[in-house]
Amino acid sequence: MSTPIRVEGLSKRFGEFEAVKGVTFTAEAGSITALLGPSGSGKSTVLRVIAGLDAPTSGRIWMGDEEQTFKTVQERRVGFVFQHYSLFRHMNVAQNIAFGLSVRKVPKHDQRKRVDELLELVQLSGFRDRYPDQLSGGQRQRVALARALAPRPEVLLLDEPFGALDARVRQDLRRWLDDLHRELGVTSLLVTHDQDEALELANRVVVMHEGSIEQVGSPNEIYNDPATAFVAGFVGSASVLHGHVVEGHVQFGEHRVGGAGHLEEGTEARAFVRPHDVRVFAGDRTGGSLEATVERITTLGWLSRVMLRLPDGQVLTAELPNDELEGVELGARVWVDLRRARAFQARDAVTAAIVADG
Amino acid sequence: MSTELRTPRLSGSARRLLVHGGFTAIAILYVAVLVVAPLIGIAWAALRGGLSTWTATLSQPDVVHAYVLTGIITAITVVVSSVLGVVVALVVARDRFPGRSLMSAFVDLPLAVSPVIVGVMAVLLFGRGGWFEPWFSARGIQILFALPSMVLVTMFICIPFVIREVVPVLQELGVSEEEAASTLGASSWQTFLRVTLKNIRWGLLYGIALTTARAIGEIGAVLIVSGSITGKTETATLYILRAFDQNHDASGYVVALTLALVSIALLVGIEVFKRREERKLRT
Amino acid sequence: MARWGLRGTALLYLGLMIVLPTVVVVARGFGSGVSAFRDALTTPGAQEAIVLTVVLAAVTALINVVFGTELAYVLVRYRFPGRRLLSTIVDIPFAIPTLVTGVMLRALYGPISPVGAFLGQHGIQVIFAQLGILLALLFVTLPLVVRAVQPVLLELDETEEEAARVLGASRWLTFRRVVFPKLRPGIVAGGLLAFARALGEFGAVVIVSGNIIGKTLTAPVLITQLINGGKPEDAAAVATLLFGLSFVLVLVTERLLATGRKETS
Repeated sequence: MSTPIRVEGLSKRFGEFEAVKGVTFTAEAGSITALLGPSGSGKSTVLRVIAGLDAPTSGRIWMGDEEQTFKTVQERRVGFVFQHYSLFRHMNVAQNIAFGLSVRKVPKHDQRKRVDELLELVQLSGFRDRYPDQLSGGQRQRVALARALAPRPEVLLLDEPFGALDARVRQDLRRWLDDLHRELGVTSLLVTHDQDEALELANRVVVMHEGSIEQVGSPNEIYNDPATAFVAGFVGSASVLHGHVVEGHVQFGEHRVGGAGHLEEGTEARAFVRPHDVRVFAGDRTGGSLEATVERITTLGWLSRVMLRLPDGQVLTAELPNDELEGVELGARVWVDLRRARAFQARDAVTAAIVADG
Repeated sequence: MSTELRTPRLSGSARRLLVHGGFTAIAILYVAVLVVAPLIGIAWAALRGGLSTWTATLSQPDVVHAYVLTGIITAITVVVSSVLGVVVALVVARDRFPGRSLMSAFVDLPLAVSPVIVGVMAVLLFGRGGWFEPWFSARGIQILFALPSMVLVTMFICIPFVIREVVPVLQELGVSEEEAASTLGASSWQTFLRVTLKNIRWGLLYGIALTTARAIGEIGAVLIVSGSITGKTETATLYILRAFDQNHDASGYVVALTLALVSIALLVGIEVFKRREERKLRT
Repeated sequence: MARWGLRGTALLYLGLMIVLPTVVVVARGFGSGVSAFRDALTTPGAQEAIVLTVVLAAVTALINVVFGTELAYVLVRYRFPGRRLLSTIVDIPFAIPTLVTGVMLRALYGPISPVGAFLGQHGIQVIFAQLGILLALLFVTLPLVVRAVQPVLLELDETEEEAARVLGASRWLTFRRVVFPKLRPGIVAGGLLAFARALGEFGAVVIVSGNIIGKTLTAPVLITQLINGGKPEDAAAVATLLFGLSFVLVLVTERLLATGRKETS
């Protein structure tokens, strides 16, 4: 029953502003695909165009074998979950969920059955007669989901569904959505700016930035193998080091770090290093080839974030479990090893650096 | 609150209370003299004639006809204003097209214009030498000095009430529920009936109440277009005017009081609406 | 598709019911040329009527701006028994037919009423005098000012005033320098609305004023007399003038309200 979604060359312009620039990707049948990016990246616009709520300036959309590009919203069989729920305020929970069915003139008896089915699915069985203003945020979103699923859509589109909720509720719902999806297997497209959410829930992630796709891949791939500077900076935290390309390395000051083989010799480059890929050697332990001074230590629960100052003035952030902090003190001189740095050309990396530091 | 008995100067909070009390008193006094006193005045004037004046007045065929005519004009106005008002409100609140803000200013125009001018407009369009007059008289359709013109001018004056009440509600609601309905398969019409209309319910009813009160009380425009033909085109308000012109003051007071009572009843109804809406918004 | 149907209907409504009548008034008003327009305005009583109307409307607006703002402040900021009732009473002039307003004033201040007789003995003439017109206009425009100021007051952030008081400002100073500037657009808008409304008021005035040429005849009443007297061109001329004034006022008020909204957002 599940249908793949394919989008080809999708563009959307609002007056002078190009929100989406030639986006192409496929979401496999039965998968959850996340559209991940900062605000303004165009991800919500892509979702709305797929739903039919906005018309594309150019490009085509397929669900399964059927082209949807010229179909009205009503004709496409999509389920849509809005960030702010958009429940019908003058209808109770049961009426909200049944709406898609009553519009299609499903007999009352069958409507009731389906509503009960869904209420159980979203664990709100006693709530039939409640009104939206009597529900908590998390409950409202579950009703919204039930409502979207009631007419058995081919595809489920979620626009930052947990964005308006508290952190705790968000986490609970995330887990719950994961279970739900496993059970139902409807192809889902999830728009989010929260990378934890994307990494946790999605089978594939489409990273977007300023209207274009930066990378498409599994959560693992985009985290460990970022294809562009933006992805490296946006997904997960990273320290950015400025240097030049020398013999396949990024050279800064006296030191160099690998991973620049694909860049042109002599050009300016940036190296992205994840905090947990920074190995610190202090006290008695020997090792590490890069000298640094400890400038600040922040303890966060079981690990600590250590800010290190390099001889050429640049800053490196390392994350260490608290039991590896021996010898790491304010002002102490330590030695550092960098594993798995990713290097990108300087001009591409400027925006990414802002994103990473901010 | 500390008020020492012997201190010549009042303490801060006592002084404040005095100021508050003073301001409140001024407000109450102003409203009492300006608004309440005249109400008492008309009640007194209309009731002093006793029951006999009332039965005498209200049984006159002219008076009965006047009430009926007012009722008819109001009913037609309310129906047309509601429909047209909602349509225009939807366009003003939701549609984006160049010139929309100009449209919005024009929509409010009837509210600022004297009803007398509205009457003049109608005469210049439908009266002798008017722009539309040849077309209508060729078909034997009477506009001026007949029901059609009276309804037209009343509508002109009342439609903005509906629009002004519905537009802010539409703007505050936003389109998200309508979008949700469309993703669930509802056509535009279904969405309008089952989602939009339900959501603007109170704003629309409020607008209708205002329209009703205004239509009942219309005088300036209908005076000009109706010709005040007794028994044919004389509304309740026109009757009152004639009554005072012809020194039948007693009857004038009676009919005026009835209109005042109906209007106040409507106002109380409006207040009830408003309170219901406030309760609904407290989500 | 539905969008074009809606848009079309709305534009049709505007075109036929608003733009067209506007055009006809102005066209016929100036139809016989500008000099005829000027002649029409010099009909006996016309100039006095127009001046009287404008002056009375201005006085009305000024008085109600003061009292209306005061009322709005009392209604929003103070709590006292009967507050809701006061608020409803303030709205009464909105609901009452204007003609009935005139009748009420006539009942209260007319020759048969004890109040009228009392005032008459002390030389105060209300009915068939300008004072009566003023009272009628004040009655009718009061809710306009109160309702224009009230929402602005309601939206005010009281923490700004609290901050001022913590910094040592007296209540009066706080009002003058923190609250009043924010209220100003609402107050001015209310005043302009009241002025526009008072300019065009017919029902309440015609019963109360006696319509004495040169003394208590206002422009709207003059217009009806001209039309009923078979002089539609003259009526159109005066109407155009009145209409022009009202139109300008609408635009100015809209602009003011829009700025006010922007400032408080």
